[in-house]
Amino acid sequence: MNLTLKIWRQAGPDAQGELVTYPVTDITEDMSFLEMLDVLNEELIAKGQEPVAFDSDCREGICGMCSLMINGRPHGPEVTTTCQLHMRSFSDGDTITIEPWRAEAFPLVRDLIVDRSSFDRIIQAGGYISVNTGAAPEANNLQVQKHKADRAFDVATCIGCGACVAACPNASAMLFLGAKVSHLGELPQGQAERDSRVVKMLNQHDAEDFGGCQNLGECSAACPKEIPLDVINQLNHDFLHAKR
Amino acid sequence: MPELIDNLYALGDQIEDTKAPKVPVDQMWTKAKFENKLVNPTNRRKLSVIIVGTGLAGGAAAATLGEAGYHVKSFCYQDSPRRAHSVAAQGGINAAKNYNDDGDSVYRLFYDTVKGGDYRSRESNSYRLAEVSANIIDQCVAQGVPFARDYGGLLDNRSFGGVQVARTFYARGQTGQQLLIGAYQAMERQVAAGTVEQFTRHEMLELIIVDGKARGIIARDMVTGEIETHLADVVVLASGGYGNVFFLSTNAMGCNVTATWRAHRKGAYFANPCYTQIHPTCIPVAGDYQSKLTLMSESLRNDGRIWVPKRKEDCEKDPRDIPEEDRDYYLERKYPSFGNLVPRDIGSRQAKVVCDEGRGVGPLVGDFRRGVYLDFADAIKRMGVDAVKAKYGNLFDMYTRITGEDPYKVPMRIYPAVHYTMGGLWVDYGLETTIPGLFAAGEANFSDHGANRLGASSLMQCLSDGYFVLPNTIRDYLAQGPFEPVAEDAPEVLEARKSVEDRINKLLSINGDRTVDSFHKELGHIVWEYCGMERNDAGLRKGIDLVRSLRQEFWRNVKVPGSADTLNQSLEKAGRVADFFELAELMFIDALHRTESCGCHFRSESQTEDGEALRDDDKFAYVAAWEFTGGQEGSLEPPVLHKEDLIFNFIQLKQRSYK
Repeated sequence: MNLTLKIWRQAGPDAQGELVTYPVTDITEDMSFLEMLDVLNEELIAKGQEPVAFDSDCREGICGMCSLMINGRPHGPEVTTTCQLHMRSFSDGDTITIEPWRAEAFPLVRDLIVDRSSFDRIIQAGGYISVNTGAAPEANNLQVQKHKADRAFDVATCIGCGACVAACPNASAMLFLGAKVSHLGELPQGQAERDSRVVKMLNQHDAEDFGGCQNLGECSAACPKEIPLDVINQLNHDFLHAKR
Repeated sequence: MPELIDNLYALGDQIEDTKAPKVPVDQMWTKAKFENKLVNPTNRRKLSVIIVGTGLAGGAAAATLGEAGYHVKSFCYQDSPRRAHSVAAQGGINAAKNYNDDGDSVYRLFYDTVKGGDYRSRESNSYRLAEVSANIIDQCVAQGVPFARDYGGLLDNRSFGGVQVARTFYARGQTGQQLLIGAYQAMERQVAAGTVEQFTRHEMLELIIVDGKARGIIARDMVTGEIETHLADVVVLASGGYGNVFFLSTNAMGCNVTATWRAHRKGAYFANPCYTQIHPTCIPVAGDYQSKLTLMSESLRNDGRIWVPKRKEDCEKDPRDIPEEDRDYYLERKYPSFGNLVPRDIGSRQAKVVCDEGRGVGPLVGDFRRGVYLDFADAIKRMGVDAVKAKYGNLFDMYTRITGEDPYKVPMRIYPAVHYTMGGLWVDYGLETTIPGLFAAGEANFSDHGANRLGASSLMQCLSDGYFVLPNTIRDYLAQGPFEPVAEDAPEVLEARKSVEDRINKLLSINGDRTVDSFHKELGHIVWEYCGMERNDAGLRKGIDLVRSLRQEFWRNVKVPGSADTLNQSLEKAGRVADFFELAELMFIDALHRTESCGCHFRSESQTEDGEALRDDDKFAYVAAWEFTGGQEGSLEPPVLHKEDLIFNFIQLKQRSYK
């Protein structure tokens, strides 16, 4: 198929950016979206132009490195990561607009690449269970009810890609936060720090200039790992409890 | 220079001592831990450690050394430590817990590892791996890793390729991700505590050696392009494997050999580079635009049945129309006791055999169809769709997304792909390389898996190295401190910086006609064709010539756009591919010199009547550790081979049998 791409190009954080139009031809439906961009980049280099910079690493939907707003939706039209999006989701003749994540807390680095280190700092604030190596008791001394273990797993599948923030009109990271607070809060191992964790992580969230949550649900709809919206309820519940 | 063999390499001194304590294998680690010297807690913060890589080995080591109070500097090329490629491991992690009382033990895990590695691993290291495996599970559970549990709330296990006990702990199909998040969170806790400094989007480009000791690295800030000097008392490389030398592999796009190769060029021996694992259950190649291959966890082999049509003329048919009697469940037929659960090397090679016979399925690639069926129809009948979905749902979804086919209705098509590299930097029992003060952990070292790694053992080895081994053995090294401070303008540091800058300038100035990717693809094709699943003398010799001439063309004709002082992904790739070129030559030489077959290294000249790998223990029961002797860009000096004899005191060498 033949497509028209409109791609955000910006040489650096302080440079002026613009959407640049590139036609691509002979794209097959079995290509992944990023392989389609690889093809474009090979052509650009051959023509002596600089390729489009974008993030990707595992290309199997698990590392969370890839991003991209595709026609205004984080990771494009399917419920998956950009690297797992395939061209069979598009039709011959389509125009596709490709932009970086837009959020105050994700400053732009170059072209389609943004800086998501704010997520690391939120985890540093309390997204862990404090146990030094060697201090762990025998694993099966601890029983975890299966439904709790399953729930902890379901919300621990967050890959930290930032689609939730990109989807939110307020650029809030409540889904990311809620997923971590719920993962550790569901487990007996996570109880000792449950109150302090939620407070510290929320404070860091606000310090990073992420916006407030209005329960619009765009975040969960855009999440490639389908983190449910109710993790935000759990976050609010834990926060209230911690403040009591 | 000693006499050249085959005009390719020379023979050097034997490696006599791996520094393992001279006691029975089950007492070694206890004795080593006791004999390793201690560092007073108040002195620790004055001692510094650089760790390159934040996967399970590097992340776990950074967290643990930070907790102990050392000053750690952690580097990764990704934008967050949580993205290191350990994240992609699907199936699980082994541990000798014997929770199922099915006859498992430390000794059996040790035995399975050595046997699975086709008797080309060290007894001492493999035993220690099995010994600490149980502690790993305890640690991860305490961190909140959400392992699968049964209804009683206890941990669940499954069995995995190449063994007959259920000792694999798992978190659905995302065990690697969950373990890595555990290590990452433990490391971030130390960042907050101030013991670990984190450098993301940084790539190590050179090792700094002062007075014969590793004392730091030269790294490039991949955002600003700045070349930075980082100094420390000890350096750990936990930078992963080199599977991307094949271009197409299940590795992440950024996985590379540069950190370990730069260390190799500075004196660290590189061991067994030809041992590369080809994983049997990957999604077949669909086109020449393909950028990577996707693994389907081999846990699928627990319930899926692998088959091809008995007759060539059935290969184009809808598989559902091929009756039972016309199907060849070739693994179940050839290996009745292990069936679909044979080790990876056997599973992969047998898929190649049936496809070479013309009985492969899927689209024609050249003259052959490169695919076999992995069929869940029986499992769905036996367990029901819901149970299959609960167990494998995410894998099935991934398959559908990539191929557009529904594995609940049509059998999956799979084919082997490069997945893991058993070779790596040579290390002693304490994981120290031949450069004092330089340690290597995880897939970056060669130590535990011999010529073939068993499923669910890579996560185990990384966490064993990172949480339990390195923190003990590095302590012993650091106890020799305090070390003489190194100045930022010391001649060794300036020389290392200059070599990095010169190389970058050279790559940018060639301005030829071909992109980096086009060279990488062609290199990968050569390595896959002549140093892949099956190797022979003529092919390997041809491969060496092809690699050399392509490497010369690379340095004459590569085109790297952009500049050095900004984010430049073409430049990053160019440096990595340049190092892959040098590694590729060593892989070929290693594969050529080892005229036996063992594990994943299958020489067609050395096979049994049944077509199984035929070892030659009299000649080849050794680790091949290669020393770099010089050379630049287009041409390299012949490497020197140092042999470390493998001595088996506890396990008897046998012809491996999974029949």
